[in-house]
Amino acid sequence: MSDTPYALSDDVIAVQRGPEPGGLGGAYRVFGATLRGLRTTLGRLAEKPVTVEYPEEKTPVYPRFRGRHKLHKFEDSNLEKCVGCSLCVAACPAECIRVVAAENTPDHQVSAGERYAAVYEINMTRCIFCGYCEVACPFDAITMGNDYELADYDRSDLIFTKEMLLAEPVERTPLRREGE
Amino acid sequence: MALLAQAAPVLETTLVQLVKAVAIFAFILQVVPLILLLERKLLGRFQSRYGPNRVGAYGLLQPLADVFKLLSKESSTPATAVPWMMAIAPVISVSTAVAALAIIPFGPQGAWGGDLGLYGIDVPIGLLYFFAFGSLAFYALMLGGWASGSKYSFLGSMRSAAQLISYEVAIGLSLLGVAMTAGSLSLVDIVEAQGSGEGAFGMWFVIPQFVGFLIFLVAGFAETARPPFDLPEGDAEIVGGYNTEYGGMRFGSFFMAEYIEVIVISGVATACFFGGWHGPGPEALAPLWVVLKMFAFIVLFIWVRATLPRLRYDQLMTFGWKVLLPLATLNVLVTAILLVVI
Repeated sequence: MSDTPYALSDDVIAVQRGPEPGGLGGAYRVFGATLRGLRTTLGRLAEKPVTVEYPEEKTPVYPRFRGRHKLHKFEDSNLEKCVGCSLCVAACPAECIRVVAAENTPDHQVSAGERYAAVYEINMTRCIFCGYCEVACPFDAITMGNDYELADYDRSDLIFTKEMLLAEPVERTPLRREGE
Repeated sequence: MALLAQAAPVLETTLVQLVKAVAIFAFILQVVPLILLLERKLLGRFQSRYGPNRVGAYGLLQPLADVFKLLSKESSTPATAVPWMMAIAPVISVSTAVAALAIIPFGPQGAWGGDLGLYGIDVPIGLLYFFAFGSLAFYALMLGGWASGSKYSFLGSMRSAAQLISYEVAIGLSLLGVAMTAGSLSLVDIVEAQGSGEGAFGMWFVIPQFVGFLIFLVAGFAETARPPFDLPEGDAEIVGGYNTEYGGMRFGSFFMAEYIEVIVISGVATACFFGGWHGPGPEALAPLWVVLKMFAFIVLFIWVRATLPRLRYDQLMTFGWKVLLPLATLNVLVTAILLVVI
C-alpha cells in the first residue's frame, strides 16, 4: 500500500487476487480443479433430471396467470354478462378486440342489459395478454383464463369468436395450488 | 490335387482373416451408434436432463433416426471444390480408423478354441502400425478441408493437422515406455506381458507406467479431437472445421470415423495399460473384459466432455509442446534407466 502515489480511502477494498497461474503450484491447482469439476458432474449423474417433460407434464400456472380470455354467463339465468359496451375495445392497447352491439328484444334476450354483443372477437395473434380488458369491464363479463396453449396452423383460426370464448374451455393447464 | 492340398492352409487362413475383417467391421457398425446414444444420454444425465427420449423406448432408436436423417440429406459439392478428392476424403477417414482397430486384441490365441486369435492381425510392429494409420488419417482431414475449396474448411483442416501432429509426438513417446517395459511392439505381446507375472511386470502397466498413462490419456483426448481439445470444430471461429462443406452421409462418415478413433484409443489404452483381456473367469470371457474396459474408457471420454471447457489454441500448443513432450521424454528416459538397473 505504501508505494501507491495517492492515499486510498478507508472504503476502498483491495481486490482479492488468486494465486499466480503457471508453475508447479499452478499445475497442482489445475489438477485439483479438474478433479473437483469431474466430481461435480458425477454428482449430477446420481440425481434425477430436473427436466419438465412438457407436452406430457405441464408446469402449473399461478391463479392470476393471464392466459386466453373467457366470456361469462350468469349461472342462474344463463344470460351473457357482456352488454356490448365496448369499454374493453377502448382499453385494449393492441386493438385486438372487435365488438358489434345489438339491442336485446323480449323474444331475443341474450344479455342481462339493454344491449348485447352481437359480434365479440379477439384476435389472439395481436393480443398482448395485458389484462386491461378484464380491468375495464364493468360487469366482469371478460376475464383472463389460464390456457396458454394457443398455437395453431392458421392465423384466421386464432381470431376467437364469441362462441369460442363463451364455451367452457378444455382445461389444459394445471393450476398451482395454494402455497405451491 | 497336390496343389490344392498345398493351398488349403493358405486358403483357410485367408478365409479366417476375411471373417475376422467382416466381424470387426460389423462390431464397429454396431458399436458406433451405441456410443452415440450412450454419449447423448450420459451427457444429458451429467447436465441434469434426460437426453434423447423421444424416438423409441428411452430414445433407443435415436441413432437410427440420425442415420436416416443423414442418409436423406444431400451431399452437396461447392463450385470451387475438387469433387473426387472431396469424395475420397471420408473414405480414407473411415478406412484408416477401421484399419487401426484391426490390431486391438480382444483375446489370446485359442481363447475360443483352435489356434484362432481374437484379433484382426497380430503385427510385430503393432504400435507403429497404430501410429501409421493415425498419421494416414491426416490425409483425410487435409484432403477434405483442402478439396472443399472453402477457406473455412481449409483453416479447420490446418488447425486439425497442427493439433494432431503436436500430440502424435507425445502419444508416441508415452507408448514407448510401455513398449520398452513389455519388450515388444506387438499389442498381443504387450497384453501377455501384463499377465505373465514375470518379475514386476505381471501387473497392469498402468501401475509402472502411470505417468505414461496420464500422458497417453491427455494426448488421446487431443488425438481424437474430443473436448477439452475439440478445437478443430470451433463453431464460433472457423464455422465447423475441415468438414464444414460436407453434408449427408459423407459428413456422417467423418463423424463415424471420429467415434471409431475413440474406440481405437480406448482399445489401445486397454491393451497397453489395463491388461487387455486379463480378468477373472475363464479365458473364453476375454473379449468381454476388453469390451468392458473399452467402454469404461469411452464413459471417461464422455464424462470429461461433460465437465471441462475447451482450451484456448495457444494453451493447446503450449501444453502439447512444453508440458507433454518433455514429460513424455522424461518418462521414457526414467523407464529406460530403471529397466537397465533392474
